[in-house]
Amino acid sequence: MFSTLDMHILEILCEDARVTPREIAVMTGSDEQTVSASLDALRRAGVLVGYQALINWERTERAFVQAVIEVNVQPQREKGFDAIAQRIMQYDEVKSLYLMSGAYDLMVLCEAATLRELAQFVHSRLSVIEGVTGTSTHFMLKTYKYGGVLFEPGRDDRREAVMP
Amino acid sequence: MHYDRVINERVAGVPPSGIRKFFDIVRQMPGAISLGVGEPDFITPWPIRDAAIQSIEEGRTQYTSNWGMESLREKVAAYLRMRYHVVYDPHDEVLITVGASEGIDLALRAIVCPGDEVLVPEPSYVSYAPCVTFAGGKAVPVVTRAEDCFALTPEALAAAITPRTKALILPYPNNPTGGVMTREQFAALAKVLRNTQIVVISDEIYSELVYSGHEHTSFAAIEDMWERTVTLNGFSKAFAMTGWRVGYCCAPRELLAPMFKIHQYTMLCASIQGQIAADCALGRAFETQFEDVRTMVRSYDRRRRLMVKRLNDMGLTCFEPRGAFYVFPSIQRTGLSSDAFCTKLLEAQHVACVPGTAFGASGEGHIRCSYATSIEKLGTALDRIEAFVQSL
Repeated sequence: MFSTLDMHILEILCEDARVTPREIAVMTGSDEQTVSASLDALRRAGVLVGYQALINWERTERAFVQAVIEVNVQPQREKGFDAIAQRIMQYDEVKSLYLMSGAYDLMVLCEAATLRELAQFVHSRLSVIEGVTGTSTHFMLKTYKYGGVLFEPGRDDRREAVMP
Repeated sequence: MHYDRVINERVAGVPPSGIRKFFDIVRQMPGAISLGVGEPDFITPWPIRDAAIQSIEEGRTQYTSNWGMESLREKVAAYLRMRYHVVYDPHDEVLITVGASEGIDLALRAIVCPGDEVLVPEPSYVSYAPCVTFAGGKAVPVVTRAEDCFALTPEALAAAITPRTKALILPYPNNPTGGVMTREQFAALAKVLRNTQIVVISDEIYSELVYSGHEHTSFAAIEDMWERTVTLNGFSKAFAMTGWRVGYCCAPRELLAPMFKIHQYTMLCASIQGQIAADCALGRAFETQFEDVRTMVRSYDRRRRLMVKRLNDMGLTCFEPRGAFYVFPSIQRTGLSSDAFCTKLLEAQHVACVPGTAFGASGEGHIRCSYATSIEKLGTALDRIEAFVQSL
């Protein structure tokens, strides 16, 4: 069961993962030790799993391509989809992996430096995994929003400057 | 034309708003951070906006009932009953208005006769006194103080009452002080009011925004007070819907009927899109146990604590606000007047605050800082205020 403090901590870090335990303590009317203990507990419970920056790589010089790959698989007895998912998630090219409802089973978000490399990954590594029965690859053209953040920001504050 | 001869002298006599000056400067100042904004920094949640868009697509472009849409009035009545334990008949005790602001005007015009006095606790929202004047009455300020947590005390109330007192405005949770009044404090005021004919206009627009264990009490829920109370509220603050201009006023039907009459002949009704959006907002809130509101309140609460701590640390003593989204620190130790402090702060550090005097003479020595701004901007603004205070 999460406490109100846990909820505050997660909401604060969701907005800005750089905020320190000391600052969180001020914002929540708690003390630094309590906040640090909560952070530890959240990490141990597998709730807090990382603190990454959100980067719009499209604005950099870095060459990369991204694709969504729909994967159909033959689930294995006892292990269901997990065994195949375990194998797919090992590849560095795989950035995200989800088990899906609907027309296909796994959704793989992939990234590689070039189109050729990504294509190679799909046909020579992903589609040959035992149990994979079919793939369908869609290339991403542009990111509008990611992780709840707009990548093409509009005007951030439309309010009148001073209001009673 | 001799315009000065045609303008109603009551209107001409009301001084222009004290914040206009700051507004004009900030607009011309790139990189300025404004802590002077009296509205949420959230935008209306998408499903609510979508409901209004859909209504436009469906061609819902007509007037509504003068009272406002029936389904909205029913939801408002249910909301007040469930949330604040006050019961109004949605049929003729709930009126949908163009923001809670219209309700202030309606209530005052419906009851104030020339020369009547209306008690206005100060510091408080800028509109009360001018609206009393427009209605032909006389606004009588009743000073509230930081040492009383900016609550109106029964002593101050009793001392201000005269045979001409027609109404009392109760602006809690308070803009600009963040003061909230408890049930017990209201009950003490009720004792003073019980055998009088004084109408209470309870402006509860910030009712959802209360923090750290405090809770909002509706004045009409205090024993015997329902019969004399006009409850004003709206969607602007709780649902981040300022620009939609939808509020409501609730009162016993005998008190609401004359207000309805004015509304019927002047506003007709609030915009239908605003009402549809408001209806969706309340419907969603019921379905989700006010999840959006609670998330918003937690976010304000964190910024509130950050502001109070930092302002206190830099020597601008700060009453810990319990409601709304403002802090009202004292700037007395700087030796500057509120107006001079705000003007110099804006010039030197490009941070806009509102001088306490904008909210009544008793606001001198204070400034109002809104924390309805991102944590990042608040941090920068606080750094700048600190640099300014140290430079004095």
